[in-house]
Amino acid sequence: MTQSEKPSLESRSGSTLIQQVWQAATRTVLVPVLAVFTSLIINAIIIKISGGDPILAYLGLWEGAFGSPKAISETLVWSTPYIYAGLAVALAFKGGLFNIGAEGQLSLGALVSAWIGFALPKLLGTPLPWIVHLPLALLGGILAGAIWGAIPGWLKARTGGHEVINTIMMNYIAVLLTSFLLNGVLKDPNPFNVTARTPAIAESARIAPLIDGFRVHWGTILALVVAFAVWWFLWKTTLGFEIRTVGANPDAAKYAGINVSRIIVLTMSLAGGLAGMAGAIEVTALNYRQELGFSTGYGFDAIAIALLGRSHPFGVVLAAILFGAMRNGATRMQFLTQIPVDIISVVQALILLLVAAEEIVRFIYRIKAPKETVVLTRGWGG
Amino acid sequence: MAAQTSTSGNRLRSILRVADLGRFGMIILLIIVLMGVVAMVGAKENRVEVILASFLATLFSVATPLTLGALSGIYCERAGVVNIAIEGLMLGAAFFGFLASIYLKQAGVSDQASLWLGVAAAILTGALFALLHAVLSITFKVDQIISGTVINILAIGITGYLNRQLFFQGNVPHAPGVLPVIHIPFLADLPVFGKIFQQQPIAITAVLLVAITHFVLFYTPWGLHTRAVGEHPKAADTVGINVYFVRYANVLIGGMIAGLGGAYFTLESVPSFEPLMTNGRGFISLAAMIFGNWSPFGAWAATLLFGAAQAMQINLQYYSTSIPEGFDFLKKSQIVGMIPYILTMFALTGIVGRTTPPVADGQAYEK
Repeated sequence: MTQSEKPSLESRSGSTLIQQVWQAATRTVLVPVLAVFTSLIINAIIIKISGGDPILAYLGLWEGAFGSPKAISETLVWSTPYIYAGLAVALAFKGGLFNIGAEGQLSLGALVSAWIGFALPKLLGTPLPWIVHLPLALLGGILAGAIWGAIPGWLKARTGGHEVINTIMMNYIAVLLTSFLLNGVLKDPNPFNVTARTPAIAESARIAPLIDGFRVHWGTILALVVAFAVWWFLWKTTLGFEIRTVGANPDAAKYAGINVSRIIVLTMSLAGGLAGMAGAIEVTALNYRQELGFSTGYGFDAIAIALLGRSHPFGVVLAAILFGAMRNGATRMQFLTQIPVDIISVVQALILLLVAAEEIVRFIYRIKAPKETVVLTRGWGG
Repeated sequence: MAAQTSTSGNRLRSILRVADLGRFGMIILLIIVLMGVVAMVGAKENRVEVILASFLATLFSVATPLTLGALSGIYCERAGVVNIAIEGLMLGAAFFGFLASIYLKQAGVSDQASLWLGVAAAILTGALFALLHAVLSITFKVDQIISGTVINILAIGITGYLNRQLFFQGNVPHAPGVLPVIHIPFLADLPVFGKIFQQQPIAITAVLLVAITHFVLFYTPWGLHTRAVGEHPKAADTVGINVYFVRYANVLIGGMIAGLGGAYFTLESVPSFEPLMTNGRGFISLAAMIFGNWSPFGAWAATLLFGAAQAMQINLQYYSTSIPEGFDFLKKSQIVGMIPYILTMFALTGIVGRTTPPVADGQAYEK
């Protein structure tokens, strides 16, 4: 009883439990895992051709990522913004929107969060308790990201301007705006400071480390909570159902009485808010300030993570840990083998390629395709 | 007789539609405004006609990659394939074209020959990246926007990795310079405004390609087939047009044109490569294509507007000491630098007349 012969519902009811589990596994996990595996092999060939030792490189990668408690802590530190940003892209995918703007949303979230972190006590003329200050700093970052995401969402709902180009444009505008502010009004006034960065945020706006002596912080735990919340929101609430309906079929959603424009703006705001939170957490838990050029590539990595995680919050968490491990381990790999850390970008692109074009993976490993296909994006018209 | 008048009527209508007067008027108005700002600021230091001539010369030069990117998009999308990978195609082509030129120079080839072969390598790179997009989106029917994004990320990764691996360790070979300026006969000898007609070869080719693309799309059987495949692939298939072949060919043509656009960055503009140097030009050219309603002349006009925004930024930096009190924001390169991106978003709103993409744009064809 193969899927190609009968509709998936029938084959599911007719098969044994083991078959069901196997089918579910092949549908969700097998292809991404094989995609990662295949791209590591292709990458080994690239390393070999460009004159490196792939085995030593991968050993270094593993050692750097998981070789010691400190390495594991650093891997989680890397993974944390990836979880938030990956969720930002995944949530938008669920609503049928392609959010390439996580980068800009993240950097503005970080900027506003840092501003609240250092300027608010001075503005009010009084130190704030952390229970007030920290949530305000986080909320400010989330709000900034949400606004940055809402603009392309509104343009899409109102004028049909495609969110792919608009979110990319918002990224460039965010970079210029950040540079303008960090070189101007938000620049650290300390006379010894020559870099474009804000002053350090107050102690009351900082997130504590999880364990003394390690950099991994409570923001990581919060990321897991947020991932669960996103799952609960998308699958257990009416609003989440409406978002998924608009994503699956906007015409049907409209006939069902869902206000599609409102859902589009809402989805992009929530996505932007998640990306803004990534920035806010980086500032409050790790860097304690915003610096020029601190976020380069989170946005594109987040797309890869969302696709690898199949736009499912739990998949996103796993993919984010994988990407965090690679980014973290790459430094050790470079130290051992002199292979530039940039090779990780190639691995990620290959993974993305194979996940996006899963037909290739299915072709290589002879896996049958499932019946249902997931529509991720649409052309310029919609 | 009747038939003849009807065809000439059609032609007139098609010219009018291409002209799309409202849109063109708007674009010309905006270019004049941008030019006016520069002329007013620079008037203290230079004669107005000199400022305008140098502004227009810069405009045509910086609009080149945008024009080529938009034409690349038109070939792909007229055949029904959304190509959001133009940014990555240009970045990859800029890198590999540059790479080819410096290694050829190192191998003893003359500067001129290495540059031209570098351009050829860039075009080939564009074609190879485009082939990947074609395989993914036409054969494997991957979502075209996902496939394009994958190629963009791949291009960033590969160029970043190789750039560091090859150029940051030890000796960087010398680049053979940039392509020579060509003086267009007669026009380049005009007083003051002759400067506009002293352009480099890729800039000139881009303008020629606008006219050629218009001719190919609207006056040749190939263009008819391309548009048929982009509008109604099933109908095209029924009358014997090979949908897959036409799509593959147009995506490859588009890739080669984008590759030429990539060559502009490292072989015509500056003799060096920097990671991420395309800086969103591929995406801006897509917006120009949409703003120009998928027509070559319309898209060209839109790219000139973006070029004008960039030319203004360059000129204002040059005249920054003459910027009057109260207009200090014009001194901030970050603020003026936002203009092309904001214009892009503005163009996409469709405020200036709605645009209509080819009907089957973005849809994989199932036989």
